[in-house]
Amino acid sequence: MALIAIRDLTRIYELDAGRVVALDRVSLDIEDGELIAVMGPSGSGKSTLMNLIGCLDRPTTGAYRLRGVAVETLSANGLAALRNREIGFVFQQFNLLPRMDALGNVELPMVYAGIDRRRRREKALAALGRVGLAERAHHRPMQLSGGQQQRVAIARALVNAPSLLLADEPTGALDSRTAIDILALFQELNREGVTVVLVTHDADVARHARRVVRFRDGRIVDDLRQAPLDARDAVHARIAEAAE
Amino acid sequence: MRVTEAVRAALSAIGANALRSLLTMLGIVIGVAAVIAMVAIGSGARDLVDRQIRSLGANLVVVTAGNVTQGGARLGAGAASTLTDEDAAAIKREIEGVVAAAPFVQGRAQVVWGGNNWNTTVFGVDLDWSVAREWEVEQGRSFDPEELRRGEIVALVGRTVVQRLFGDEDPLGETLRVKNVPFRIIGVMAPKGQSAIGQDQDDVVFVPLDAGKRRVVGRNFAKDRSVGAIFVKFASEDDILPGIERISGLLRQRHRLGVDREDDFAIRNLTELVNTAGAAARTLSLLLAAVAGVSLLVGGIGIMNIMLVSVTERTREIGLRLAVGARPRDILAQFLIEATTLAAMGGAIGVAVGVGAALAVARMAGWPSLVAPEAIAVAVLFSGLVGVFFGFYPAQRAARMDPIEALRRE
Repeated sequence: MALIAIRDLTRIYELDAGRVVALDRVSLDIEDGELIAVMGPSGSGKSTLMNLIGCLDRPTTGAYRLRGVAVETLSANGLAALRNREIGFVFQQFNLLPRMDALGNVELPMVYAGIDRRRRREKALAALGRVGLAERAHHRPMQLSGGQQQRVAIARALVNAPSLLLADEPTGALDSRTAIDILALFQELNREGVTVVLVTHDADVARHARRVVRFRDGRIVDDLRQAPLDARDAVHARIAEAAE
Repeated sequence: MRVTEAVRAALSAIGANALRSLLTMLGIVIGVAAVIAMVAIGSGARDLVDRQIRSLGANLVVVTAGNVTQGGARLGAGAASTLTDEDAAAIKREIEGVVAAAPFVQGRAQVVWGGNNWNTTVFGVDLDWSVAREWEVEQGRSFDPEELRRGEIVALVGRTVVQRLFGDEDPLGETLRVKNVPFRIIGVMAPKGQSAIGQDQDDVVFVPLDAGKRRVVGRNFAKDRSVGAIFVKFASEDDILPGIERISGLLRQRHRLGVDREDDFAIRNLTELVNTAGAAARTLSLLLAAVAGVSLLVGGIGIMNIMLVSVTERTREIGLRLAVGARPRDILAQFLIEATTLAAMGGAIGVAVGVGAALAVARMAGWPSLVAPEAIAVAVLFSGLVGVFFGFYPAQRAARMDPIEALRRE
């Protein structure tokens, strides 16, 4: 069974200016362990798809099964529980809470999962270790660089061991070198078995995925598998360059 | 999310805007402080009035002689002895609701025991006195009817007189010389403390009415049966006003005063007098209640306002929390608990200020400071409720946010 099974998913917005068909009868399957990029210009429907996959929104028509759960039938509380358990969000603007240190931010999803403080702390430290920031656990977001903040956000997304990471332009606010580091991290997590969905308009980012789904005008225009660029190569090249 | 968790998060949010939070709390602080002070001042004043009424004797009026016109000159109260013990007996017999009518005479005299002497007030009283004034003999015994009838020279002494003359020695059976008349002390009165106007009520000697008239006060009591004044005690407060009317009628009739003649006596309602003193405190108490009500309302609106600002400021935080799995009711609870914590902190500060104010007022006014623990509990609880009530709308706004919109907001 596919992790994500989407059939004829349609999302229509009723705006003052009229009806906008943001997503038009889209069907898509995503398997466990994939690293997939969802591409397209703004207004192509990729953000709408991301909101639907992320259980933040419900389709107008069509069906969406996430691990066999019919998402379109769930209540707001059911969606919240599903987001908590199955989805790890990574945003362009990191969205860390400024008053909390890195550890507190990573603990946040577990607060809503009802995990006790001690276990939360352990798991959050482990997640920070996984993104290479264990020693920054007590830094506040303001005291971290952009790349470090995004790593904290990725740790937060990972901490409940979700079925997939849903990353919305995760490198959009980062310089190119840091962006490569973050992509390398996604690839590493994917090798460890984490399913990653990258939503991006940036072809350079999409080249690091093994599968690229392209959107235009609310429809899928192509769905290709490719040999991805390995972000480690760029990282190594940079290190070699610096050594010379 | 657990409540302790939410309270911790609330404290962190409140601490992040410490000054703003403090200013927001101010209304609640003033409101709660006013409630605490109001209750304390109100009950302190009530207690004071109660004590004064107790020390005076409840439901008491005093009928004084006087107001005689001689050759066109109106002489004041007490100028003539127009009241008699028969008037007292008539009042007790004929006026409804009268429990006791105690005629008495009063004068100052030098009293001597051994080498010590002291100037004090001497009352000539009869048996009704202790009923009217609710004043018991603490040590020894009171007068017996025979002694009173014969006007024997025995005396009851107040606590202060005992201290001044006898020190630590037992006054019972000793001979006290009052204006050189040897009175045998048969009892010591229970202490009464200060009167409403600050007089030491225990600085006193009681003698039988007859002995007092003939041997101590003497003046103006030419007529054998005349007395200085009469304390009249009613069974209940409701009897007092109609009773005064009837006493007035009875005395005018007994004194054969025609319609064109002024009263040759005066009746004063002593309970009323004390209640008047308490009324000022009650007014203050009411004023504070009004301040408290308005402050709590304004404070609540302040909290609502700041919570609305906070919800708007933290739109992205709300979106993020929703995205990582917060249910709408978690968000509702978070902001509700934040508002409630804010209000309860204001309440706690208010309690501290209120208790301080109550103690200060009590000290200045010489009242017992009665800060009721229940009042504190109620005030804190109430401020918490203000937080819940005024926090609900902002919290609901937060809970109803669309996570997509909220995350997109700058």
